[in-house]
Amino acid sequence: MIQHVLAAENGKTAELLADDPIWLVLIKVVAIFAFLVVMTLFMINWERKVVARMQHRPGPNRVGPNGWLQSLADGLKLAFKEDIRPVLADKWVFFLAPVISCIPAFLAFSVIPLAGEVNLFGQQTALQLVDLPVGVLVVLACSSIGVYGIVLSGWASGSPYPLLGALRSAAQVISYEIAMGLSIVAVIMFTGSMSTGDIVGAQATTVLGFAPGWFGLLLFPSFAIYVVSMVGETNRAPFDLPEAESELVGGFHTEYSSLKFALFFLAEYVNMVTVSALATTLFLGGYHAPWSGDFMNTGWWGLLWFIIKTLAFLFLFIWLRGTLPRMRYDQFMRLGWKVLVPTSLVWIMAVAVIRTGAIQQLSTAQRLIALGVIVGLVLLVSFLLPDKKVQDTKGVPLAGSGFPVPPLDLAVPKSAPKRKVKVATIPQETAAVTTGKEAE
Amino acid sequence: MSLLVSFLAQQQPEPVQRVVDTVTTGEAISFWVLGPLALAGALGMLFARNAVHSALWLVVTMLSLGVLYMIQQAPFLGFVQIIVYTGAIMMLFLFVLMMVGRDSSDSVVEVIRGQRLAAALLGIGFAILMVGSVARALTSVDSRGLAEANTTNGGNVGNIGQKLFTDYLFAFELTSALLITAALGAMILAFVGRDGKPAKKTQKELVEERFQEGKRVGSLPGPGVFATANSVATPALLPDGTVAEESLFEVIEATDKSKLSDDVAGVAGTAHEADAHALKGSES
Repeated sequence: MIQHVLAAENGKTAELLADDPIWLVLIKVVAIFAFLVVMTLFMINWERKVVARMQHRPGPNRVGPNGWLQSLADGLKLAFKEDIRPVLADKWVFFLAPVISCIPAFLAFSVIPLAGEVNLFGQQTALQLVDLPVGVLVVLACSSIGVYGIVLSGWASGSPYPLLGALRSAAQVISYEIAMGLSIVAVIMFTGSMSTGDIVGAQATTVLGFAPGWFGLLLFPSFAIYVVSMVGETNRAPFDLPEAESELVGGFHTEYSSLKFALFFLAEYVNMVTVSALATTLFLGGYHAPWSGDFMNTGWWGLLWFIIKTLAFLFLFIWLRGTLPRMRYDQFMRLGWKVLVPTSLVWIMAVAVIRTGAIQQLSTAQRLIALGVIVGLVLLVSFLLPDKKVQDTKGVPLAGSGFPVPPLDLAVPKSAPKRKVKVATIPQETAAVTTGKEAE
Repeated sequence: MSLLVSFLAQQQPEPVQRVVDTVTTGEAISFWVLGPLALAGALGMLFARNAVHSALWLVVTMLSLGVLYMIQQAPFLGFVQIIVYTGAIMMLFLFVLMMVGRDSSDSVVEVIRGQRLAAALLGIGFAILMVGSVARALTSVDSRGLAEANTTNGGNVGNIGQKLFTDYLFAFELTSALLITAALGAMILAFVGRDGKPAKKTQKELVEERFQEGKRVGSLPGPGVFATANSVATPALLPDGTVAEESLFEVIEATDKSKLSDDVAGVAGTAHEADAHALKGSES
C-alpha cells in the first residue's frame, strides 16, 4: 500500500523537468560547471586554511583578501608551467588519462537536485539538470569510469611508483564501490525509486512529530557505511593510498605536470563535492530545511540548505585529513571487505524484513513471533560461534606486554661514585617513589 | 474533414500496447555516431599490439553499447552495463594486464599449423550465420509491450526486478550458484596452502625467540658512528675509541687493500682533483 502511495508521489521532479526549453538546459549546464569549478577553488583554499588552523598556523593569507585567491593564483601558475612527458610514457594514454578522470566527475553532478521548484526566467522548473529513473546509478557509473583516469595515468607514466599507485587505486575503488552501492540499496528500498528527485521528496516528512524524516537518521547504518566508503572512493585521507606521498612520491600523478596535473586536482575536488552532494541528497534530506512546512522550505531557499549540508560534508573531509594518519593497505582492504560489506548485507536484510512487515500490516502477535524468531536465530548463531582462544597464562613471558621488562627481583649493584659531586641537599620527608604497599 | 479525423481516431483501438518502429532523428543520429564507434572499438581491440590498448578499445565498445541501451529506453540496463562491465570487469582485466607488464605484446608466431586459415574460415562462416539470423530477427519482429513496461508498475527498473525475481527466479539463482562456484574454484586454485610448513610466526613470537637465543637485540652499529667519516669502509668506534667489530662490512674486510687504493686516496684527499684541461684529451 505504501508502495502505491510512494509511486503516486514519485516522478514529480521528472515531470517538472520534462518541459524545460533547450536554452534553460544550457544555462543549467553552464551554471553547474561554474558551481563545481568555484567550489574547487574555494575548497582548496578552505582546506588549507582549516588544516592550518588545526595545526596552529595561519595558512595562506597573502593573495587576495585574506588569502582567498591563493588557489586561483596557483591554478594560473599551473597552466603556465612546462608540460613534461616522460620518455617511457605511453603517448596517447598519458594524454587521455587526466581527461578521462575529469569528465565523469563533472557528469555525475547532473543528477543532483540543488533545489526544488523555482521560477527561473519565467519558467517553472527544478534546480536540477536531469532526473533519470536510475539517477543514483549515474553517479556510480561516473565514479567507475573516473577511476580509469587514475589507473591509466599510473600505467601510462611508465614508472614504478605511479604504477603501484594505479594498482592500489584499482583494487580500492572496486572494493569500496561495492560497499557504497550496498549502502544506497536501503535508501532505494525505502523510496521505491532510484531517481534522486524522488529520494529527496520521500524525505520531506517528520518522524515522532519533530525530527526530520531524513534517511541519515532512519537508516543510520547505511549512512555510516556510505560516509566511510565515500572517503575511500575519492582517495582522500585517511584512505589516500594511491597517492600516498610518504610511500609513492606522488602516486599516480608523480609524472604529471602543468595543466594535466591541474586536471587531476580538479577531478579530485569535484569528486569530493559530488559525493558530498550525493550524501546530502540520499541521507540528509537534500534541499529540505531541518523543519517542515515553513516558507524556508520553498523555492530558492532550498539552494541554501543544500549548500550548507554539502559544506558540512566537505568540512568532514578536511577534518579527517587534519586528524587521521593514513591507513595501512591491508587494514584498509580488511575494513572494506570484512566490515563494511558484511555489515551492509545484514542491514539490508533487516531493512527488507522491516519494510515487508510495515507493508503487510501484520498484527502485533505476528510481529512478536517474527521478533522472537529473529532473536532465536541470533542466539543460535552466537552459540555456534567458537569461543575466543584464551591465552596461555602458564609460564612467565620473556617479553610481557610485547616489550622486554627487567625481572621484578632485579638487584642493582651499587657502584661507588667516581667523584664526589656537590648536590644541593633535598629535605627527605617522604619517599618520592612508593612501592604501592604503603597505602594498605 | 471532420469525418476523416473521427475515422482516424476510430482506427486506433490498440488492444496490445505496440510501439511503432519508427526511428526518430535523434535516435538515428546517436546510432550513426555510436555504431561506428562500437565497431571501431571492436576492431581496435583485435588489432592493437599492446594488451592495455586492446582493453581500452573494448571499453569504448562497451560504453557505446551502454549508451545505445539508454537510447532504446532501457536506462537501467545501460547504466548497469557501464557499472558492471566497464567499471568492474574491465578494471579487473586492466589490473591483471598491468601486473603482466606494459611491454608484453602478442607473439606473432603461429603455434599450430593451419590455425590461422581455419580460424579465418570459421570466423567468416560464423559472421555470415550471425548477420543472417540477426537481420531476419530485426526486420520481421516488432517490439511489443515496451511502452507498457516503461510506464506501468514502477517503470523500467521495477519491471526488470519483477521479471527477474518471479518468472526467471530459478535461472537467476542458478547463475548466482555458478558464479559462487567459479569464485570458490579460483580461490582454491590460487590459494597456496601452508601444508607441512610451520605457521608464520607473529611479531610477538619473533621477539621472544630473539631474546631466548640471547643474540644481540638492538640493531648493529652503523658505519662511521663516533668516527670522522660516514663511509661504509669506516668502522664505527666505541666510546673508548676502539673499533666496533660488528660495524665492519664483511665484503670490504675481505677485499684486498690494493683494490681499494683509489677510494682510500679519495677519502684521504690525495687523489687527482677534477681538472678542466682533462676534457681536451691528451694531445696537449
